[in-house]
Amino acid sequence: MNPILVFCEQRDGRLKKVGLEALGEACRLTKPLEREIIAVVIGSSVSALAQEPARHGASRVLVAEDPTLAYYSSEIYSTILTEVAIRLQPVAIVMGATAMGKDLAPKLAARLTSALIQDCVALEMDTDGSLLATRPMYGGKLHAVVKAKNPLMQIVTVRPNVFSPLEPQPASDILVERLTIAVNGTRPIARVRETHKTAGGRKELTEASIIVSGGRGLKGPEHFTLIEELAAALGAAVGASRAAVDAGWKPHSYQVGLTGKTVSPQLYIACGISGAIQHQAGMSSARTIVAINNNPNAPIFKLASYGIIGDLFEVVPLLTEEVKKLKTG
Amino acid sequence: MKIVVCVKQVPATESKLRISKNGTEIERAGLSFILNPYDEFAVEEALQIKERLGHGEVTVLSMRSHGAQKPEEALRTCLAMGADKAVLLSDPAFEGGDSYTTALVLAESLRRLTFDLLLFGKQAVDDDAGAVGIQVAELLGIPHVAVVNKLEVNVATRTILAHRQIEGGIEAVEAPLPSLITCQKGLNEPRYPSLPGIMKAKQKPLETWNREMVGLESETVGAAGAKLKVVRVELPPARPAGRMIPGDVAAAVKELVRLLHEEANAI
Repeated sequence: MNPILVFCEQRDGRLKKVGLEALGEACRLTKPLEREIIAVVIGSSVSALAQEPARHGASRVLVAEDPTLAYYSSEIYSTILTEVAIRLQPVAIVMGATAMGKDLAPKLAARLTSALIQDCVALEMDTDGSLLATRPMYGGKLHAVVKAKNPLMQIVTVRPNVFSPLEPQPASDILVERLTIAVNGTRPIARVRETHKTAGGRKELTEASIIVSGGRGLKGPEHFTLIEELAAALGAAVGASRAAVDAGWKPHSYQVGLTGKTVSPQLYIACGISGAIQHQAGMSSARTIVAINNNPNAPIFKLASYGIIGDLFEVVPLLTEEVKKLKTG
Repeated sequence: MKIVVCVKQVPATESKLRISKNGTEIERAGLSFILNPYDEFAVEEALQIKERLGHGEVTVLSMRSHGAQKPEEALRTCLAMGADKAVLLSDPAFEGGDSYTTALVLAESLRRLTFDLLLFGKQAVDDDAGAVGIQVAELLGIPHVAVVNKLEVNVATRTILAHRQIEGGIEAVEAPLPSLITCQKGLNEPRYPSLPGIMKAKQKPLETWNREMVGLESETVGAAGAKLKVVRVELPPARPAGRMIPGDVAAAVKELVRLLHEEANAI
């Protein structure tokens, strides 16, 4: 039967967790050994990474390694994956809905003239390989269940933190295959010249399992330290509402919501955020939501798993202390 | 510098959505529609580039993807902001498509226009796929940079340098013109259409092109050409009812931490 291909993204020599989540879901979609699960890893120095997909469900790992692949290139990556896809005829090509995945998948789908299903949160596979995929639309206000007309080379990106990786298994005799890279040099191409890390190497929102966010209720940028201290105690990433970003308290890369990031953490703590529909669009798929707000009518309480009505300037420092006690206790 | 901006009209973001009788789309009657918020950044960027250079032309292009849509209004908004002319792609055959057929119609239409730079919003806030712009670039065989929050155009070298948002940082990407950019918040502050702008927009050219004028066969576009079909749409599963933690702040916080640890298994 036609295999499932999983593109396991790496940045700076580290595999993204979402690639392993995609592998786990690919394994669950099909009966054991019915379809081969093949991982693809691309980069400048990635041979050492081939073990990891093998330990998480891939029976074969294809590696494209070349010094020119140090930076992501949609053109080169899609050329590599197109060649693999044409050779192996996978039913589906699955990858994370990351900055890279959401850039690569549409290009690959256009090149292969295949169906594209972006940002899936649930997947099922028929025996013919056709996928029934659920994807949020309208900022999460609606879920569409979609199906490709042709169950071949369906291109799927999966939302980070939604699917689970398999428990790692010792990989004894993995099959690692090196890909040759032949890129058409005549095509005009966008090239990454450099990457800049955001200051402080802080945790990335879309990948964090816990997020603490602050909003207008903080009353000023200086009070974000309260949020940062709680986040530090929890090992969490820091987010902000649109109001806080538009006021210039935090850069746009912190924004959760409709014109910011969509996150699916295990725990989302909203402090002084009223929870307008635009904010909900970015965080309503969090597993557990905590709301701390002094307005009992704030819409955020409708979403919250747990709510405390109170002054965040009182609640948040106490919460930080209690979390520290729990962690050290 | 000739710039084409592709825009979409979408339901207003605060809309309450209802599912239509056939169960595969939303009920559009009674909704108010707006220019897709990310497309505002694209239009603004085009206008700023033209103003900086002191010459150029900004064309806005939109495709009617649903009979109930009034993309003319979105195009007039762009003209009122300062775009020079507009083209509407409208044909019943275009309806019911997916990102691929939309990209195909746009790409074929763009072959009939001249451009140095193509600008899109990073995604439309209805489908939320962020795919059409990237697919148009692929179909036209030009480079793209997606999710851009800073853009420099170098006319002398005919290149662009774009900053694109990635996890925990940015990628600085260089590309030759013509290129396609999808625009992210932070790129600029979109202007509001001025009253004289709105008056002037009424006189600006707005052409409508149908399928034959674009030059595509009906089986390649819309529902017939789509690679994907919608089986059903549904409201997301309701979140289980939450719990307010009463009591004085110190006790409530202790209880919250206990619940997060023991019940929710979240910390």
